[in-house]
Amino acid sequence: MSLDKWLVLAAGVGAIAWLNWHFFRAVRRSGTASAAVSGMQEVLITVRGGYDPAEIHVRAGAPVRLVFDRQETSSCSEEVVLGDFGIRKFLPAHERTAVELTVPAKGRYAITCGMSMLHGTLVAE
Amino acid sequence: MPRAALPVMGHAPSAPSAGSTSSGRTIEIPVSGMHCAACTGRVRSALEQTPGVARAVVNLLTNSATVAFDEGAVTPEHLVERIRSTGYGAELPAPTRTAADEQARQDAARRDEYLDYRRKGAASFVIGAAMMFLPMNARVAWAQLAVTSVVMLWAGRHFYTRAWIAFRHHSADMNTLIAVGTLAAYLFSVTATAAPGIFTRAGLMPDLYFEAVVIIIALILVGNALEARAKGETAGAIRRLIGLQPKTARVLRDGRETDLPVDQVVQGDVLLVRPGERIPVDGEVVSGSSAVDESMLTGEPMPVEKKTGDRVVGGTINRTGAFRYRATTLGAASVLARIVRMMKEAQGTRAPMQRLADRISAVFVPAVLSIAVATFVIWYLVLGGPGLVRALVSAVAVLIIACPCAMGLAVPTAVMVATGKGADLGVLIKGGEALERAGTVTTVVLDKTGTVTAGAPAVTDVRRAPHATVDEPTMLRLLAALESSSEHPLAAAVVAHATSRGLSVPAAGSFEAFAGRGAIGVVEGRAVSAGNAALMAEWGMDVAPLGREADALAEQAKTVVYVGVDGRLAGLVAVADPLKPTSAEAVRRLGALGLEVVLLTGDQPRAADAVARAAGIGRAIAGVLPEGKRDEIARLQREGGIVAMVGDGINDAPALAQADVGIAIGTGSDIAIEAGDITLMRGDLRAAAHAIELSRATARTMRQNLFWAFAYNTIGIPLAAGALYPVLGLLLSPVVASAAMALSSVSVVTNSLRLRRFRPT
Repeated sequence: MSLDKWLVLAAGVGAIAWLNWHFFRAVRRSGTASAAVSGMQEVLITVRGGYDPAEIHVRAGAPVRLVFDRQETSSCSEEVVLGDFGIRKFLPAHERTAVELTVPAKGRYAITCGMSMLHGTLVAE
Repeated sequence: MPRAALPVMGHAPSAPSAGSTSSGRTIEIPVSGMHCAACTGRVRSALEQTPGVARAVVNLLTNSATVAFDEGAVTPEHLVERIRSTGYGAELPAPTRTAADEQARQDAARRDEYLDYRRKGAASFVIGAAMMFLPMNARVAWAQLAVTSVVMLWAGRHFYTRAWIAFRHHSADMNTLIAVGTLAAYLFSVTATAAPGIFTRAGLMPDLYFEAVVIIIALILVGNALEARAKGETAGAIRRLIGLQPKTARVLRDGRETDLPVDQVVQGDVLLVRPGERIPVDGEVVSGSSAVDESMLTGEPMPVEKKTGDRVVGGTINRTGAFRYRATTLGAASVLARIVRMMKEAQGTRAPMQRLADRISAVFVPAVLSIAVATFVIWYLVLGGPGLVRALVSAVAVLIIACPCAMGLAVPTAVMVATGKGADLGVLIKGGEALERAGTVTTVVLDKTGTVTAGAPAVTDVRRAPHATVDEPTMLRLLAALESSSEHPLAAAVVAHATSRGLSVPAAGSFEAFAGRGAIGVVEGRAVSAGNAALMAEWGMDVAPLGREADALAEQAKTVVYVGVDGRLAGLVAVADPLKPTSAEAVRRLGALGLEVVLLTGDQPRAADAVARAAGIGRAIAGVLPEGKRDEIARLQREGGIVAMVGDGINDAPALAQADVGIAIGTGSDIAIEAGDITLMRGDLRAAAHAIELSRATARTMRQNLFWAFAYNTIGIPLAAGALYPVLGLLLSPVVASAAMALSSVSVVTNSLRLRRFRPT
């Protein structure tokens, strides 16, 4: 096999390895809800091609207010779905929209967009 | 709008709860321009120094100030001015967003998106088509480069920005694939234009793919536009329900009629409704009567009679008469608002079938990117340097043809359209899971009283004795007069029957009841007795002449009441809880769907068998106490059945919960909407068959969609990679790939929209 083929092969294998690392292994940001005096936990989530932070830690059993700040017009993120809680909420572009819920039990709950392309996790502990 | 809790980011005094001052009011004012704790501190101290302000909490997270103030001393407008004086932006809070507002905003966003995609898609298409007909030379190549750059920056800009943002979040979506695919083709073409020598020295043609880039962008934009429009159509049913809410109401205040916006109507207001008008809010009729068309909520085509004391539901249409009614439930508590809310919630739930799609979506785009790289490498290894172009074109085709959207849309759009269609049919479905499970039901258990039967005893038969001295109407009048003094449940049925036949019921002169046997009394000077055979015998009357009829009626589980007038047998009436007129047909339909139908009741076996026979139900389980119904359902489940239980939402709640699918049956305006997985908005049992049929159709649609989305990608991606080239010499151009990709998600949504045409058999 000629040198150029070896180079292409090596670059290809490297690219695939990097893709898998970048999308599946690289550390994502997580955030913890700040607990208010009133007992309501709050966290601000920026919605822009994804959820930032993508992992939100809250206390189980206490009310939570997730404030989604949607900083784009892309329709991909126009709805946020917390399927475990029967919540589907329209997020107007460039506005903050609050979603209030109480996570009854410890566990990991998915936060997705209306089409399940963007992913976040609500971790109740 | 007062909030229940005061958030703390920023400066919060120790936990005062909003709205607790008795003389004051609490308001939440949106504030803009704050970036740090110092900002919130400035706004808070400015507010707290304002006379009349009890306290203020400023929240950086929600960008708002929650202010408790004395309405007599300071106005909300003044508070806004005060905040602005500190250099931050503030405005009076918008009224709480209603479902209608939210839907309108969503529709507007969708419409803007559609128009934007359509405009850019059409323009790109024209440009791309023109580029294909240009002769090829160096000057044209540079012109193409310029035009393509403009199209990418203008029409395709969002693909690149969104792909980049997603990349930074370690996620990837459709935009990533389009961006990488078109950028690869673009950069290759730019190199071939600027430095064709690189290619010619290697023995390659410096091919250009500018017009392909433009056409790909055009086709995907057109696909996005069609998808945006189709997605908008899936919310049609919610839009229709929201549209039922009238804007104004004619309210009687201080003795005058005033037209008021609906949100100003308060509980207890008396409203006037004329024929042809829509009823503005829920309430109870206080005077007048009319027929009301409730079909938009219950699916019941016949108008429903309303008279004093009856409930009316906001959004329905008054047909014939004028009436006045008192407002009861308003705003978010109204039936219409609850239905809309429940539908929105239903559409937010995830159907179990979605899980597979979710798992694949999560890894899909990185997997496709990897496949594209592998495609390039394999082609290059096989063909070497001269195969560079082929390798690149195939890799780009893989990126462009892959369509994660079709998978993401497959199940939610079907759930959306099906719940909407259900609402049109008077069936409220709680979510995707309920829909999916209802489609797999094998056994339907029907509660008897109120579900299969009307739930109220009624006179079913009247027989005159041979040689009776009074005619039938007279007998009924006298009997009804006697029974009107009685509190026995059967008595009410007799009185109602006489009244419904237009007979005037006189007052009884005297009355005496004999527990378990009947009653006697004097009406218009005549001795009247009503009761069982034992009572008749006591008073010297032989019931033998009616014996055979009485036996036949008893066999049908009807209660027989003999009537005597002036010491002679006059006849008998039979009382029973009659089948609803539609029950037999409903059972037939359920049977035609291949379901086993079971009757479940606390009644005695004879009564249960009679009802089962009349309704055409093959199996009856009788003598079950209310608390035992749940165990019976569990037993049927152990027998291997997937059980749906149909019953009222109150007494049968435990059984509904135990069943795989709980179907709560509503009666007119008293709807326990939240009771079951599925709620029938009217008492018609046929709707249960409709619900199951619709669920099956929906599950079918979901499966078709998922199959199509998976099959499309599993066939399309290898095809684009050139898997069939060694056998058939078949290769896919990226332009064809983009057309296929645009069509695949549109076809999934369109398939879901077919459920709008669902008609129950």
